[in-house]
Amino acid sequence: MARALITMPTTAKRGDVIEIRTLIAHPMETGYRAGADGAIVPRNLIRRFTCHYNDGRDEVQVFGAELFPAVAANPFIAFSTVATASGTLRFTWSGDQGFTQTETTSLTVT
Amino acid sequence: MKRRDVIGAAAGLVGSVWVRSATADADELAAAVAAFAGGAPVRAGRVEFDIAPLVENGNTVPVTVRVQSPMTDADHVKAIAIFNQRNPQRDVANFSLGPRAGRATVSTRIRLAASQQLVAMAKMNDGSCWSRTVDVLVTLAACVEP
Repeated sequence: MARALITMPTTAKRGDVIEIRTLIAHPMETGYRAGADGAIVPRNLIRRFTCHYNDGRDEVQVFGAELFPAVAANPFIAFSTVATASGTLRFTWSGDQGFTQTETTSLTVT
Repeated sequence: MKRRDVIGAAAGLVGSVWVRSATADADELAAAVAAFAGGAPVRAGRVEFDIAPLVENGNTVPVTVRVQSPMTDADHVKAIAIFNQRNPQRDVANFSLGPRAGRATVSTRIRLAASQQLVAMAKMNDGSCWSRTVDVLVTLAACVEP
């Protein structure tokens, strides 16, 4: 389980645009580098990131990302969403070597 | 560390250096941009691309892409993509957005293997494509050191 940080407000006014910043501990090994023995280190990337917003009525993907080797280690992604109603946000990272991780946060909309 | 280990590591490094010929890379960059546009003409404008013009460490370069768009159901950004000229792969990242994103702004951190050109692109819901090209100088390239 990789360490993931999600920074976002816990409360917002309806209709506000909130900024969400995410960071996850991951080497993002490109598959182009050689190790100390000269052999290529196998690729180990996070390939996909998604954020789903469940506001009680339905769950919508508000943001998605497809990542390539040129994304730095410990991928940081910041984006925004509209606070429509109180609910939960589900963040999913998935990638090579069967990597998958899901985090959820709750948002209270007034 | 033995002498043979040092030589082996040095040989591995030479194989992993990312720098390639410039003209072939420019063609590949244009091809990647055209593939993302999917036949639509690519116009310059509406996209802001924040990146330091002089990058000290290519291993982690903060970038922000902002697109001028009201982000309503009728007029919003569907996708934002970043392409590079001289890394091993032309794609850096693709982001998918919609009216629920509220603001067409994304930030991330990328790797740069050499001084090169970067292109940020935005695809709108009406199919139009906008781009911004920047040139960056990189003093310490990513991936040269293991």
